[in-house]
Amino acid sequence: MSPQKRVKNVKAQNRISQGSNSFQTTLSAWKVKQGPSNSKNISKHGQNNPVGDYEHADDQAEDALQMAVEYFEKGPVKTSQNKDKTLEKHLKTVENVAWKNGLASEEIDVLLNIALSGKFGNAVNTRILKCMIPATVISQDSVVKAVSWLCVDKCSGSTKVLFYRWLVAMFDFIDRKEQINLLYGFFFASLQDDALCPYVCHLLYLLTKKENVKPFRVRKLLDLQAKMGMQPHLQALLSLYKFFAPALISVSLPVRKKIYFKNSENLWKMALLAVKQRNQGPSPEPLKLMLGPANVRPLKRKWNSLSIIPVLNSSSYTKECRKKEMSLSDCLNRSGSFPLEQLKSFPQLLQNIHCLELPSQMGSVLNNSLLLHYINCVRDEPVLLRFYYWLSQTLQEECIWYKVNNYEHGKEFTNFLDTIIRAECFLQEGFYSCEAFLYKSLPLWDGLCCRSQFLQLVSWIPFSSFSEVKPLLFDHLAQLFFTSTIYFKCSVLQSLKELLQNWLLWLSMDIHMKPVTNSPLETTLGGSMNSVSKLIHYVGWLSTTAMRLESNSTFLLHFILDFYEKVCDIYINYNLPLVVLFPPGIFYSALLSLDTSILNQLCFIMHRYRKNLTAAKKNELVQKTKSEFNFSSKTYQEFNHYLTSMVGCLWTSKPFGKGIYIDPEILEKTGVTEYKNSLNVIHHPSFLSYAVSFLLQESPEERTVNVSSIQVNKFTFIMLRDFIQLNFIKRIYAFPFFQTLSLLPPQSQNEVFAFQIHSNDFNVNLLALILSSLI
Amino acid sequence: MDSYDVPESTPSASSRPEDYFVGATPLQKRLESIRKQTSFIPTPPRRKVPQCSQLQEDVDPQKVAFLLHKQWTLYSLTPLYKFSYSNLKEYSRLLNAFIVAEKQKGLAVEVGEDFNIKVIFSTLLGMKGTQRDPEAFLVQILSKSQLPSENREGKVLWTGWFCCIFGDSLLETVSEDFTCLPLFLANGAESNTAIIGTWFQKTFDCYFSPLTINAFNLSWMAAMWTACKVDHYVATTEFLWSVPCSPQSLDISYAIHPEDAKALWDSIHKTPGEVTQEEVDLFMDCLYSHFHRHFKIHLSATRLVRVSTSVASAHTDGKIKDSVS
Repeated sequence: MSPQKRVKNVKAQNRISQGSNSFQTTLSAWKVKQGPSNSKNISKHGQNNPVGDYEHADDQAEDALQMAVEYFEKGPVKTSQNKDKTLEKHLKTVENVAWKNGLASEEIDVLLNIALSGKFGNAVNTRILKCMIPATVISQDSVVKAVSWLCVDKCSGSTKVLFYRWLVAMFDFIDRKEQINLLYGFFFASLQDDALCPYVCHLLYLLTKKENVKPFRVRKLLDLQAKMGMQPHLQALLSLYKFFAPALISVSLPVRKKIYFKNSENLWKMALLAVKQRNQGPSPEPLKLMLGPANVRPLKRKWNSLSIIPVLNSSSYTKECRKKEMSLSDCLNRSGSFPLEQLKSFPQLLQNIHCLELPSQMGSVLNNSLLLHYINCVRDEPVLLRFYYWLSQTLQEECIWYKVNNYEHGKEFTNFLDTIIRAECFLQEGFYSCEAFLYKSLPLWDGLCCRSQFLQLVSWIPFSSFSEVKPLLFDHLAQLFFTSTIYFKCSVLQSLKELLQNWLLWLSMDIHMKPVTNSPLETTLGGSMNSVSKLIHYVGWLSTTAMRLESNSTFLLHFILDFYEKVCDIYINYNLPLVVLFPPGIFYSALLSLDTSILNQLCFIMHRYRKNLTAAKKNELVQKTKSEFNFSSKTYQEFNHYLTSMVGCLWTSKPFGKGIYIDPEILEKTGVTEYKNSLNVIHHPSFLSYAVSFLLQESPEERTVNVSSIQVNKFTFIMLRDFIQLNFIKRIYAFPFFQTLSLLPPQSQNEVFAFQIHSNDFNVNLLALILSSLI
Repeated sequence: MDSYDVPESTPSASSRPEDYFVGATPLQKRLESIRKQTSFIPTPPRRKVPQCSQLQEDVDPQKVAFLLHKQWTLYSLTPLYKFSYSNLKEYSRLLNAFIVAEKQKGLAVEVGEDFNIKVIFSTLLGMKGTQRDPEAFLVQILSKSQLPSENREGKVLWTGWFCCIFGDSLLETVSEDFTCLPLFLANGAESNTAIIGTWFQKTFDCYFSPLTINAFNLSWMAAMWTACKVDHYVATTEFLWSVPCSPQSLDISYAIHPEDAKALWDSIHKTPGEVTQEEVDLFMDCLYSHFHRHFKIHLSATRLVRVSTSVASAHTDGKIKDSVS
């Protein structure tokens, strides 16, 4: 195969795998994505283009293809100056489309005619023939028409050879073969041609039926054999004849000799695989996990089938094996078992769930959403173990950094990981094999290879004791985290957020299910909460250090606050007795940030913390009894402390008294005279743009901008309006903080904070009072 | 013979106070043991040379002789699901049918011809490290001779065997539906290995993966095999290092007289019946420094890829061979 072709093959493959590459993590998005692509398949070209779910750029390619086909149909324009250029362009178009998506049967019909009619030169004919790759099928009529061109002898010998090779290679994709079989005599006559003989033999071998074996043909074949010697292709055909009509052939043929035809398909090997995959077509399953069974494997893998993931087969063997020992009653029971191959829909699964035959290789469930449902609800230990063993070993063997610098292989591994992650998302549950794989591979990971997949695997680590997993995973992750770019840091934080969410979901389910199932981990609730809080502290530690390393990057801070948005709502959203506050490094960075949206996010988080803490306090008061999970007064104190500094900064203009304490001398040294005001709602650096635009709106003719002249009430109202206008799509929760301010009655500012805030326990209630009085 | 199945790293049984996992499922236990294995040093600093294993007691000498002097390709294997030693006959029949079906696929001739092969499953008694290890078994593919007058026992086309030697750490996490035979050794055409492996994968839901031997373990093997007492040496002790350089990699072969190697080892080795990591390191270092003195090449900077001694030889790509009975 020429290197040029090879490149194209790769392209074709990439193209194929694309569909499975781009998926969303959420289940709903995933469902949605499946929908339109299927419907499009049906609408477009009828049957001919089931791979239609690629980008719309294909439409353009199709137009170009149409033009190219028309060009070839018209034949070469003799006078044209840049004839060669145009020809080349159109050829390229055809080739590209053919290797990418295959050609529709009508296009093949036209182009095949052109190639064999000899309108163009030999080289062009060859190139056209080489790219006659069907999208799905080739119509029988095209082949018959093409063969008729062979009779008029317009094309060269080499083109004929190539045509026969093509015919053999594509034989399985021809929709019907009756008429082609009628041409048997013609093909047989072509055996005379020495150059064609091997390929014609192969074609006849594929085509021969019992009724084609006639004495005169046998004689002819034997003559040929006498003339040309023991040719493997002739022997093959003869032995087939002998098989159909043993009486006609008396010569002995070597029995044990292996005879292969020369590989006519070689030219199209990759394309054939692609067509096969396309022909598998969309299956009637409601949710199909792509990466179909015909996923292309490199040839070196001689062992297993094409895909890493085994093909679904019900375990017919065990049935056979046990047949002997089975009693009658067993037999009767067994007759009720439901073969997997017939399982097509969810209702079927429900009806037969008690008598489903399990696949012979458990790994095959990865590709089948129905069976994923099944293994999700049977808690059968051997089933899970079989899956576990298979997945662990496969992951380890396929992992690319054991086999360096193999791009194709790397791509395949990525796809495999994607499939696993999709299955995990689908089940909303992590696999233990993946966790074990991470133990081994994370310490060796460079942080680049399959990054998004690896981080997603991290986010699906099943819930377990954090302190136990930390030395195996999170310590290694921290090393990578600190030494990598800010984008890596952000993606790690993102996946840790997802991990937290998965753990919380799992735990909140588990608490309610506890009486029914014995949970996989026999943990006490206290132990679980401890583990979660350790995870949160770990992320807090990562974030604080990262803020320092990245010099308080706003971008990073967004991701950190995203994480704390999950954290602050644990008590209410997940009904779990846990409130962990953020570390001061994060709080103050956010408070003094130059970005309004950060400050806004912070306010939201503080607001949610308050809701959670008040809810917790309420429950405590209601229950009266001291439960194990009363929060310590420290949490409340800490929260109040944060809130005090926040209010001090933004509202009461007493920024450095409580909360952030800075020695007045140092403040004097800075030379800022009005430091007390400089962080309040009007002067806060992140609000500066709002303040200025407010002033310009109020008094457009004013030359000098004096921010201090702004009245707080009106300003907050306008600012709120602008802010919401600017941000309402991005952040719906822009509301709480600004709402409180804007609805403030005039003159109330001082009244409200006339309350002294004590650092006692009950402060949450007090603050609730303050805030509710604001509203 | 018994020395090359380097026992799987057995993590020291230190129990950590852990109140999270009380009544865990096998899956949990498995994960636990992986955690232990990962967090502890992967290879124990010392290994005991088993003095008298089960092997000597009830082994069939004919069968063992059959396993010697052959080059084996190693594979690691996940536990076999629903494998039963009482069904070996049945397995022979099924595997035979499978091979015939596979071989005929894509072939032009031999339509309807009988494929003249015979598959035999048999147990290898005594091929185990401890009493707990499951019995090893052997799969042979013989060609049936064409003429009935000739010896019915045909030529052996392919041999493979499955065994578990000192598999304690693995066995403790395997539940009863599974048979744990983590090592598979094959001799014969790779195409046959592929067909048979595929059948096992389909039938017992297991997974084969090629087992490579890293340089670290190769040096252990070198040391331990050098230590073996042999009446007459049939081959020199030879090491092969590979230097990765383009366009072609450079191989350095280093052969020493086996008696010299033995003398070196005896001067290093202290406690009989036990080999320590330091001893192995020292042994290799001595070889390195000797080589450096003569050729000014630091072998420690290259990669050890093959070790062959009079006892046995091993290649990093997972091929081993026994030379002594």
